[in-house]
Amino acid sequence: MANQIPYVDYLVLGDDPHLVANECTGCGARFFDRRNACGGCSGTEFKKADVATQGTVKTFTIVSFAPPGVDVPFVSAIVDCDGTSVRTNIVNVEASPEHVKLGMPVKLTTFVAATDEKGTEAVSFGFEPAA
Amino acid sequence: MGSEDVYILGINMTKFGKHPDLDTVDLASEATLAALKDAGVTMKDMGIIAAGNLMGGAAPIAQIIQKQCGQTGIPAYNVSNACATGATALRVACMSVKAGESDFGLAVGVEKLAGAGLLGTGGGRKKGDEFERSGRFGAVGSVDGRIGTENMPGTFAQVGMEYAHRYGGANFELFAQISEKNHMHSTLNPLAAYTKAMTLEQIMGDIMIAYPNTRPMCSANCDGAAAAVVVSGSKLKTLSQEQQRRAIRIAASVLTSDPYEEACQVLPNVNTLTRNAAKQAYEQAGVGPEDLNLVELHDCFATAELVHYDNLMLCEEGGAVDFFKSGAPFRDGSKPVNVSGGLQSKGHPIAATGIANIWEVCHHLRGEAGPRQIEGAKVGLAHVIGLASACGIHILESNSA
Repeated sequence: MANQIPYVDYLVLGDDPHLVANECTGCGARFFDRRNACGGCSGTEFKKADVATQGTVKTFTIVSFAPPGVDVPFVSAIVDCDGTSVRTNIVNVEASPEHVKLGMPVKLTTFVAATDEKGTEAVSFGFEPAA
Repeated sequence: MGSEDVYILGINMTKFGKHPDLDTVDLASEATLAALKDAGVTMKDMGIIAAGNLMGGAAPIAQIIQKQCGQTGIPAYNVSNACATGATALRVACMSVKAGESDFGLAVGVEKLAGAGLLGTGGGRKKGDEFERSGRFGAVGSVDGRIGTENMPGTFAQVGMEYAHRYGGANFELFAQISEKNHMHSTLNPLAAYTKAMTLEQIMGDIMIAYPNTRPMCSANCDGAAAAVVVSGSKLKTLSQEQQRRAIRIAASVLTSDPYEEACQVLPNVNTLTRNAAKQAYEQAGVGPEDLNLVELHDCFATAELVHYDNLMLCEEGGAVDFFKSGAPFRDGSKPVNVSGGLQSKGHPIAATGIANIWEVCHHLRGEAGPRQIEGAKVGLAHVIGLASACGIHILESNSA
């Protein structure tokens, strides 16, 4: 099997792929990016917190124009994962308003997004309709 | 708080649209000279200049304007606050006058954007032998389009759809009707980039950019500039009767940024900072939304206009859909919104927008808006949002009895 790495630092691969946030130990605010301090309380201590892999679509759009290399149309959404909002694409669904609904339950899935010239696969995530 | 009242003494916007023969400096100078003439003063009177230009063309824009229009050695502030850049320039000039440091101030915003295409869209993955992590997410490639969208039509589509999810009642057709209103309004505005009415069918049938925003539901990239001259209340008293009559009182001048809330770093929250700015502005001005005769709000996309009815408290919380359906925000309604045609039809030369919307309100308060005049307008509000985020709100009042 090819060597696989996560597309972004906050995606954990393995048997149970999930997202991990930097959670402020002071106020509980969660962030996905590298932090200097907390935007909520200015605290500087963070711990890693696993984010729920199931959630509901709290808003979405279907984007028809994108940078080169991105297939269109694609569905962009914010998914509410037990109180933590996640920016993602909705995948494995037809990109039309008939098939993507506000409030729709979805779950995290992973897929190979790119391969470099050494054969290393970058695995990214999306959310798909939950059965 | 300072003790000085601040007034708009002169203001101008250029024709918005394509200006292939005019560069950024020409447009900024045209608006500046016209605003000074409208005010009945000259560059020699100005105590401060604040100016902004986001997409390049001329930097530092404030000094470049001086080099064309009058180098008097005054302090020059070059400001940048995304789509709120013009309002930020005005706010800087107002603060100087309010603090008593200047009698007169000049604010200018200018942009050359015709044909610019989609804004806010990043590039693709850099080619390389091996993956390398970069950026704050430690990504091995671009995240835009791969992990949600960062483009402006998509971002603001999600802002509108979030409102639709929270309160119900909003759908593609309703958002398109908002756009139909603004395109209809623009037919009376000779300075608008687009002045043709569009039917609902045309709007809904146009190219889909980011559902539910089709092309005419997106702000129109165009060229344009706007400039304003402000003056202190005590100085105004020494000027002519005509200058005093046409002066517009800045009853409130507010700028806010986005406070922390869950999700605000995942999808920009344009609601809370607008609501905060509106509360402050109404309190400063001593008026409420019910006192406003017209509103120019930041309809960068049709989906954005809906949420700002609510954020500016023009309706009950959650009541934006009913507010629109009541006919209130149409030019013959009880609370006309974007009678200029808004950003969707008048156009959106980014850094100019936050002064151009004030020009529109002043035009009505002075009774000089011609065929699109809102009769008897005495109080108006101008609102802009710059993503990431800044919100500027100015409440303006007629100075004539």
